[in-house]
Amino acid sequence: MVTYIIRRLIGAVVMLGIVSMVTFAIFFLVPQLAGATPEGMASRYVGRTATGEIAKLAAERLGFNDPLVVQYGRYVKGIVVGAEYDYGAGVEYCPPPCLGYSFITQQPVFPDLMNRLPVTLSLALGAAVLWVGLGVGIGVLSALRRGSVFDRTAMIIALAGVSLPIFFTALIALQIFSYGNPFSFAAQGGTYTTIQDSLPLWAYALLLPWVTLAFQFAAGYARLTRAGMLETMNEDYIRTARAKGLKERRVVVKHGLRGALTPIITIFGLDFGLLIGGAVLTESAFSLNGLGKYAIQAITDQDLPKVMGVTLLAALFVVVANLIVDLLYAVVDPRVRLS
Amino acid sequence: MTFLELKDLKVHFPTDDGLVKSVDGLSFSLERGKTLGIVGESGSGKSVTSLGILGLHKGGRAKISGEIWLDGEELVSATPEHVRRLRGKKMAMIFQDPLSAMHPYYTVGDQIMEAYRIHHNVSKSVARKHAIDMLGRVGIPTPGKRVDDYPHLFSGGMRQRAMIAMALSCDPELLIADEPTTALDVTVQAQILDLMRELQAEFNSALIIITHDLGVVAELSDDILVMYGGKCIEYGAAEDIFYRPEHPYTWGLLGSMPRLDRERTERLLPIKGSPPSLINVPDGCAFHPRCPYADRTEGKSNTEVPALLETEGGHMVRCHMAKTERRTLWENEIKPVLETQ
Repeated sequence: MVTYIIRRLIGAVVMLGIVSMVTFAIFFLVPQLAGATPEGMASRYVGRTATGEIAKLAAERLGFNDPLVVQYGRYVKGIVVGAEYDYGAGVEYCPPPCLGYSFITQQPVFPDLMNRLPVTLSLALGAAVLWVGLGVGIGVLSALRRGSVFDRTAMIIALAGVSLPIFFTALIALQIFSYGNPFSFAAQGGTYTTIQDSLPLWAYALLLPWVTLAFQFAAGYARLTRAGMLETMNEDYIRTARAKGLKERRVVVKHGLRGALTPIITIFGLDFGLLIGGAVLTESAFSLNGLGKYAIQAITDQDLPKVMGVTLLAALFVVVANLIVDLLYAVVDPRVRLS
Repeated sequence: MTFLELKDLKVHFPTDDGLVKSVDGLSFSLERGKTLGIVGESGSGKSVTSLGILGLHKGGRAKISGEIWLDGEELVSATPEHVRRLRGKKMAMIFQDPLSAMHPYYTVGDQIMEAYRIHHNVSKSVARKHAIDMLGRVGIPTPGKRVDDYPHLFSGGMRQRAMIAMALSCDPELLIADEPTTALDVTVQAQILDLMRELQAEFNSALIIITHDLGVVAELSDDILVMYGGKCIEYGAAEDIFYRPEHPYTWGLLGSMPRLDRERTERLLPIKGSPPSLINVPDGCAFHPRCPYADRTEGKSNTEVPALLETEGGHMVRCHMAKTERRTLWENEIKPVLETQ
């Protein structure tokens, strides 16, 4: 078990290494293939009026003249042992994990990410509670009343939920519940308050994003749960549970749902890991300053340290979520052996 | 008063293709401490009968009529909640394949404890002690350790023992075993049958054994009921069925029973054809398309459903042939062939 976890963690580090190399390579090699020079790339970060001389200095300072391998090595070294950063008017020490300084704002990236993470985490956690509760609940009821009006309605809505893109449902939701009509009760975009400042305001601001995000996910979970329940409720062990004299509710929850849980946990781990790396569309639609919006900004600014930071963090979440899912397998299904 | 009595039990399933008459007018009775073997091919209605007694048919799908009297209570008309309270406590069931019949995600001990705690308001530790005790009684070595194992860590025979422990955990007065040994090795089969016989004597419960294996019922049964196409076609004491069978189908079953004392080169005598579809049950006697003697009844077998009539001392047969003719056939043609085989 311990060796299994250690092996998986080493695998995770290798994975992150590959992700970072690929991101790095795309950032530098693709412009160079199109004929960009180090000065040309650096000139983006020194302002429009800068002369060629200043661009050259900037390229030198950012290390663009070094071979790519050296640049990459410097970046990795920063993550492991920290780095000294020369921002022109002095030298600053950036403690590990140093993800570099923004080319544009000159601010270190790591604290930025840590500031943004709680927003995305708040969004993902609240939505996850909603979508798992709703999705699994509706899925179970649908399976038990297969073919009923409830089942059909739920599955049509679920199909809509899976199909409709979030930038569409988010705008509709904002229009109906946030902006100027009698039903408007939800907070408007951009009113996010941290949970430390005010729990009610935090929840109020996130209510609509939660519901919108959960709608999309709940749909998939309802379908998944329904399919799983239809299968397990036909198992022999369900008949055994009934033969013992168990109440039907207990048969369904303790025996049926328990048997159908494995795929739901898998998908949930992956979905959640992906989501806390940045819910790009939802954050943009509701003006939430989370990791997703940060990533978008980083990409439009061509700000490599930010892009690298947000990519690595997202990749880390996915890798860790995968590991947790695999470990959970062994907890959920005693027949699974980790090796 | 009889302990268990079925009167004209019918379990029908309406389907898109027509009405499936899985059990069509079944009656029998059983006393405490006695064993009834129900024998028949797949699809003859054996398992549907047992699930019907336990009230395990989903209310919406199956149409159940007739009467099931258990210890003075009628179960067909009782509320599902009332029958649920009897399930597991007053009547319990042992299923065919213990690997799929036990939940793979819970320990054997948990599953036995659950069965016990539904009907007894006791703490977990008391229930656990009871579970260990039950596992010991069904012959599982070191039950204190095995109680925390998952079903997949048990061997097939051990699993069936655990299943029996689960079924017996509330001292049921009626125990139904549906093909209890089919999924097991032959050597283990004998052990399980011995165990069931011992436990039945100990608990003095009424036992119904459902099987297609005449060897199993020969081991255990006081009475035997032979089912075909959802109906009882022969019923009697075990000696009647084995030594004086009168229905051609029972003869066929006896002829297709492998025996160790026979030469290996000799062939079994299988029954020709296959069991009838329960939607389009043949007119007349359901067995007539496969019956070698159907031509001896002046066509009655093809048109008229024969009645279940008593021939002698509680021995009932559903056949159009005259009693004397059946007995002559058995004595002169069937028995000598079965014996020389």
